[in-house]
Amino acid sequence: MRYEAPNSLDQAVALLAHEPGEARALAGGTDLLVQMRTDLIDPVLVVDIKGIAELRQITEEAGGFRVGAAVTGAELKEHPKLKSVWPGIVEAANLIGSTQIQGRATMGGNLCNGSPAADSVPALIAAGAKASIAGPKGRREVPVEDVMIGPRKLSLAKGEIVASFLLRPRPAHTGDAYLRFIPRTEMDIAVVGCGVCLTLDGRGKCTAARVSLGAVADRPLLVAPAAHALIGTPLDEAALQKLAAAASAACRPIDDKRGTKDYRIKVAGVLARRAALIALERARKV
Amino acid sequence: MQEKVKDTPSSEFQYVGHRPDRPDGVDKVTGRAKFGADFAMSGQLVGKVLRSPYAHARIRAIDTGAAERLPGVKAVITAADFKDQPSEFIPAGEMMINYRDVVRNVMAREKALYEGHPIAAVAATNAVIAKQALKLIKVDYEVLPHVIDVVEAMQPGAPILHEDMYTAGVDPAPKTPSNIAKRLEFVLGDVAAGFKLADVVVEREFTTKPVHQGYIEPHACVASVSEDGQADVWVTTQGHWIVRAHCARLLGWDVNKIRVISSEIGGGFGGKTVVYLEPLALALAKKARRPVKMVMTREEVFRASGPTSGAHVRVKIGARKDGRIVAAEAELKYQAGAFAGSPVQPGAMCAYAPYDLEHVRVVGYDVVTNRPKVAAYRAPGGPISEFAVESVIDEIADKLGIDPIEMRLRNAAKQGTKAAYGPKFGPIGMVETLEAAKAHAHWRTPLEKHQGRGVASGFWFNIGGETSVSLSLNEDGTLSLTAGTPDIGGLRASLCMMAAEELKVPLDKIRVQIGDTGQLGYNFLTGGSRATFSSGMATVQAAREVMKEACKRAAKLWELPEDAVEYKDGAVRPAGPNAGKHNPMSLKEIAGIAGKTGGPIAGYARINAAGAAPSLATHICDVEVDPDTGKVSVVRYTAIQDAGRAIHPSYVEGQYQGGVAQGIGWALNEEYIYDDDGKLQNPGFLDYRVPVASDLPMIDTVIVEVPNPRHPYGVRGVGETPIVPPMAAVANAVANATGVRFTELPMSPPKVLKALDAARAKGAAKI
Amino acid sequence: MAKHHVTATVNGDAVEFLCDTQETLLDCLRDQLGLTGTKEGCSTGDCGACSVTVNGRLVCSCLMLAVEAGGTSIGTIEGIARGNELHPLQRKFIEHAALQCGICTPGFLVAAKSLLEKEPNPSETQVRFWLAGNLCRCTGYDKIVRAVLDAAAEMRGA
Repeated sequence: MRYEAPNSLDQAVALLAHEPGEARALAGGTDLLVQMRTDLIDPVLVVDIKGIAELRQITEEAGGFRVGAAVTGAELKEHPKLKSVWPGIVEAANLIGSTQIQGRATMGGNLCNGSPAADSVPALIAAGAKASIAGPKGRREVPVEDVMIGPRKLSLAKGEIVASFLLRPRPAHTGDAYLRFIPRTEMDIAVVGCGVCLTLDGRGKCTAARVSLGAVADRPLLVAPAAHALIGTPLDEAALQKLAAAASAACRPIDDKRGTKDYRIKVAGVLARRAALIALERARKV
Repeated sequence: MQEKVKDTPSSEFQYVGHRPDRPDGVDKVTGRAKFGADFAMSGQLVGKVLRSPYAHARIRAIDTGAAERLPGVKAVITAADFKDQPSEFIPAGEMMINYRDVVRNVMAREKALYEGHPIAAVAATNAVIAKQALKLIKVDYEVLPHVIDVVEAMQPGAPILHEDMYTAGVDPAPKTPSNIAKRLEFVLGDVAAGFKLADVVVEREFTTKPVHQGYIEPHACVASVSEDGQADVWVTTQGHWIVRAHCARLLGWDVNKIRVISSEIGGGFGGKTVVYLEPLALALAKKARRPVKMVMTREEVFRASGPTSGAHVRVKIGARKDGRIVAAEAELKYQAGAFAGSPVQPGAMCAYAPYDLEHVRVVGYDVVTNRPKVAAYRAPGGPISEFAVESVIDEIADKLGIDPIEMRLRNAAKQGTKAAYGPKFGPIGMVETLEAAKAHAHWRTPLEKHQGRGVASGFWFNIGGETSVSLSLNEDGTLSLTAGTPDIGGLRASLCMMAAEELKVPLDKIRVQIGDTGQLGYNFLTGGSRATFSSGMATVQAAREVMKEACKRAAKLWELPEDAVEYKDGAVRPAGPNAGKHNPMSLKEIAGIAGKTGGPIAGYARINAAGAAPSLATHICDVEVDPDTGKVSVVRYTAIQDAGRAIHPSYVEGQYQGGVAQGIGWALNEEYIYDDDGKLQNPGFLDYRVPVASDLPMIDTVIVEVPNPRHPYGVRGVGETPIVPPMAAVANAVANATGVRFTELPMSPPKVLKALDAARAKGAAKI
Repeated sequence: MAKHHVTATVNGDAVEFLCDTQETLLDCLRDQLGLTGTKEGCSTGDCGACSVTVNGRLVCSCLMLAVEAGGTSIGTIEGIARGNELHPLQRKFIEHAALQCGICTPGFLVAAKSLLEKEPNPSETQVRFWLAGNLCRCTGYDKIVRAVLDAAAEMRGA
């Protein structure tokens, strides 16, 4: 296995594009090394992207943020502003694994690992984040919900990597939240994950919303009907029930060692409601 | 919370009962202590095992040629490198094993009986080559149907694991083979007559899943065999004399040819009382003529070491309306894994042991299944049967409107009670732990919304066994104590304290180490909660020998009869009428005259420690249940247990807390999950969910002391009892919170929510 | 495939070693540098026994390639004591009997030290959640948490 550590994005893209065999980008390595160790993958080339400036920075851009794809969860939490503007995203990234994992794991890796249960992805989708992708043919932006198309399957061409995430300027009276259900209190892969982002008008009525569910389908979902259940409402009990029902209805889960179909469907509704209430409280404060 | 660690106020001793720093503590907090994988020998090779990918398969042929020819490979072994063993049962911890099965478990012979079963092993110059070599070994398997579940395995028509297994303990003896290795039965009185006297009868069936001891340190060893057949093995183990015995037997060598050195051990809980890698490493080392190091991966630990049984248990208890139990029945079906030997016997013995009952009948079945051979796990068999019994007792108390502690008090076993499995109890602390629970603030604290409280008791009998200890008086008056039971968490401290208490010398004058098999007489393993009890008893005896010998030497010097000299307050003194005639002599001064009065002074205790006494416990557990997700959180826990005498209270408390944590994991989240091919789906700590620090509250402990009259300091083993009550304590708390009784473990959130929803549909749920 | 030559600092000392691409930092700390205090419990980042700090950041060394450690400053259990003087955490662990078998102890000490550097006055809950990535099977965590809180108090001069 070869190891390369380029310090420009162009070099990284070229290495990944030109390797005929299996090539992987290495950021935190918290998924990659586990898969190598258990013989799930056997790359001939590993490209360490942590030396590339754009991927490791958080910059304010166009009123929003550009978050490097290889910024760690711990670094996201330590940024002076990000947590107060997008608490849902920062909390989601810091639910992944343990303190040790958060010291290395990145949102780029979390997304590109291609697990439907990834924790930071529903939060990014709910916030309307876009993935800024660099490849042999140049740059393009893609809504995060369009990057994963199935388990371990991405819509990226050979040689493309996610370089950064673009977070839009947060409108006034907007809050985001991410909750997940796990059987313990830490360390587990999400049985269900739910990200909610909503915007209120001056009188407490929801004018915009995005609801995303993880671990209940073959990829993280953007659930439009769930959002519509909230829009135009003050998030009263009736709206929350409709939200929960829409969330449950959107699930296409499986039975596996982490949860049953029925359980995921039920809990998706429970989490959607709880996450919406946290997002609501946050929206009221800004 | 911030209180300083306190001494036990009631300790009448100078050292025993207090909380000194443990002597091996510094090495463990600096990383200096060496565990199984921390050792290396020069020129060592890396050993790796090829394991069966099938749960059940006949092995038609193994072709190791290509592997042997791979450059860097120095040895390859299969079952052909081990002689077959005749059938012979021997004790291993608190269970019996059979060498014919052991030789097949360490290396498959006719059949692969579980996914992960070793088929071959290689030794190579590095791990990469070893792994490549495994891939080159060609095995011709005939895949057979498999069976995992214990009830399924007992059905006629189930795939048969051993063609020569005919159920023992059944009369007339069966003519067709089955997967039921043994049927056993304990009877006291006449349960049919007893049930007729009952005002209420509850009968329930329970299911538990296989769980693993979960020690953080994987199995590891380094083995070396010289050209003249002398072997050394460095290994993480609970019993290095057992490792020596098993290896000698399997390899056909004299026992004295193998010296086994126990490293520090990173957890065992019963799982390191048997051999897996060691015979393989020795065979490879002999063939390769170089040392071989073998370390299991975490996956291998889960797939191929020894979890405990999953089980099916039926319990039927009848009681009068005053709460007196008049009849008790249990039927235990335990899976043994691939070879006979589940802990169904101790499970049967313990099921009703905390209670004074006239009519009891327990039937047990030991059943083989296509899973790894079970090994002991902390009170083997007890947590399962006692979970069922304590749950049913709780249900009866609830039906009768009697407080659950009061119900247990009305039935508690005491001194003189005859247990269903045979012996009459000496003094035991069942009543004392129940009274302490009743009086504890925890029992009176009001519960909050969605919370429930449960109580459960537990019993384990504890063992003694063969023990050798040597205590030498050094030339400067200090002492060196060598024991042979590996220290899994505080033993060296306790032995040092008992020796210091006897000799009345400061703790740092006694250095304790665990010796290897060449340095001491036989020592049975650390298990059965026996180490503090047995090595402690031997230490006391050795200390008394030293004191006696010291007196003898002084008597010689002073020209007094031996019985005119005594050891008192840390020195040898003339006694009685001769008091004051000579200045007392310290051990240092005695050591100074040792040579000229006969030679070095030491105590060598070689005993079969008898008089081990049971330890009883009562636990109180508060849970909070999330009504919308079914998640159960333990919010408060109190473990009350009789230690006889707590030599070092901090380490006794530690045993209570550790057992509780394992029991909570067993109750809520831990289980082996198999797919339809009989393959383990969760061989790692991600999906085999042991409790993490944020899952648990502080675990309060109360040490009750009903001294064991047969030990010089009153010690009872304490290590195993703590894991017995938690499953029922948690289940009873969940029942109290929700109105729903759980009879299936683990009580994972999907199961809890499903049961809650079903109960809500019937109007039977409390939340 | 030629080995990588890695230079780094471990516990303040300059070190260098050769490694294959797929070897982890844990492998090299233990096998190349002889620092066996850091333990392998699972090699999948689920147990924390391999915890070290890299440039001050708490990580699992089983999830880092050794070659990634080039130019970094690594802290292991062997570097926590100052000569003969144990760190307050080490002393408190012994005093509170926060270890039984001791296999998880190096990981816990490295992780706890990292916590107290970030948060000198953590609550019990903060301690438990920070240490959730460190598994202990012997103690039930009670005495570990008490030891960490007590060490924190001492270090604050409370």
